[in-house]
Amino acid sequence: MSNNRVSRRQFLGYTLTGVGGFMAAGMLMPMVRFAVDPVLQQKEGGDFVLTDQRVDEVTEEPVRVDFTFEQTDAWYVSEVTSSAWVYKEGDKLIALSPVCKHLGCTVNWAGDPEQPNRFFCPCHAGRYEKNGQNVPGTPPLGPLDEYDVQEQDGYVAIGVVKANTLVV
Amino acid sequence: MLNKLYDWVDERLDITPIWRDIADHEVPEHVNPAHHFSAFVYCFGGLTFFITVIQILSGMFLTMYYVPDIENAWQSVYYLQNEVAFGEIVRGMHHWGASLVVVMIFLHTLRVFFTGSYKKPRELNWVVGVMLFGVILGLSFTGYLLPWDMKALFATKVGIEIAASVPLVGDMIKTLLAGDSTILGAQTLTRFFAIHVFFLPAALLGLLAAHFIMIRRQGISGPL
Repeated sequence: MSNNRVSRRQFLGYTLTGVGGFMAAGMLMPMVRFAVDPVLQQKEGGDFVLTDQRVDEVTEEPVRVDFTFEQTDAWYVSEVTSSAWVYKEGDKLIALSPVCKHLGCTVNWAGDPEQPNRFFCPCHAGRYEKNGQNVPGTPPLGPLDEYDVQEQDGYVAIGVVKANTLVV
Repeated sequence: MLNKLYDWVDERLDITPIWRDIADHEVPEHVNPAHHFSAFVYCFGGLTFFITVIQILSGMFLTMYYVPDIENAWQSVYYLQNEVAFGEIVRGMHHWGASLVVVMIFLHTLRVFFTGSYKKPRELNWVVGVMLFGVILGLSFTGYLLPWDMKALFATKVGIEIAASVPLVGDMIKTLLAGDSTILGAQTLTRFFAIHVFFLPAALLGLLAAHFIMIRRQGISGPL
């Protein structure tokens, strides 16, 4: 038994705070978990989406390839069209995401006539080399993302987006 | 640590008298269930307020997913109930709590009536209480439509027809509620939503403040 006597007032204070806190937590926990659910929801990995771009027509010059897929946004399911910049590096197919790593605008290959061998973002003049490497001194802080890409029956199929693997 | 933080603020703003005014008040023996168990009837008002707080909180969280639109309302309710973690609990709190508020406010009214607490000098607080009862019923009525299912639709049709039976101005009230003279649809849902989450809660908070200020000023009525 310690000598620190807990007064009746303190004991009641601790007990009431504890029980009250427990009840408040029981009330708030479901609501907070409900609110943060979008952060914790598992997204299923996407399948490859077939495009109408023939593989044998892809050259070393990036071309814009659109692809349409079904997007489920909570209760709203719709067809969404995205695009990728596709080119060949030797025999290897490469598909880069057009989303600028600065603030998310859409980049174009040779969008600036003065620099025809680079990707160009019109929003803040961000530039990238052909492999997605951001040009130092322009706003982007990282290279363009890359799509998983494969050939299906002679056509380009686009998969999920991943970090750029071409830039060393 | 918390004590130090409190002292730091208190030293500058002298907040102790403020919360003492709010929190420190005597509970007379005749309303304390620890002395007479039957005094639990004096808890109904506080319980009504407690459930009202739960209603406000759960409602705030529900609007993170709910859409007041005839195309999406039912779908968003279905989604938040079945696909979002604890959705069934949060919607359940709001759904069952809604009925419980009406039950508790009714019991509270009975207690005030049978203890004669409405008599002079507390008549004004009774009047505010009746207005609060009306606001709560309004919240129940407008909230009932929001899931936009069959029950909601037809309950609101009936409710609006009842309002339309008022002599002379009935048809105007009907159009005012539904947003259209014949259709119960898109405009009805957005109106009811606005009334349910903005107008009536604002009135509720104002009336509650008046209710509480008056009871604190006048004190609880004496024993029978």
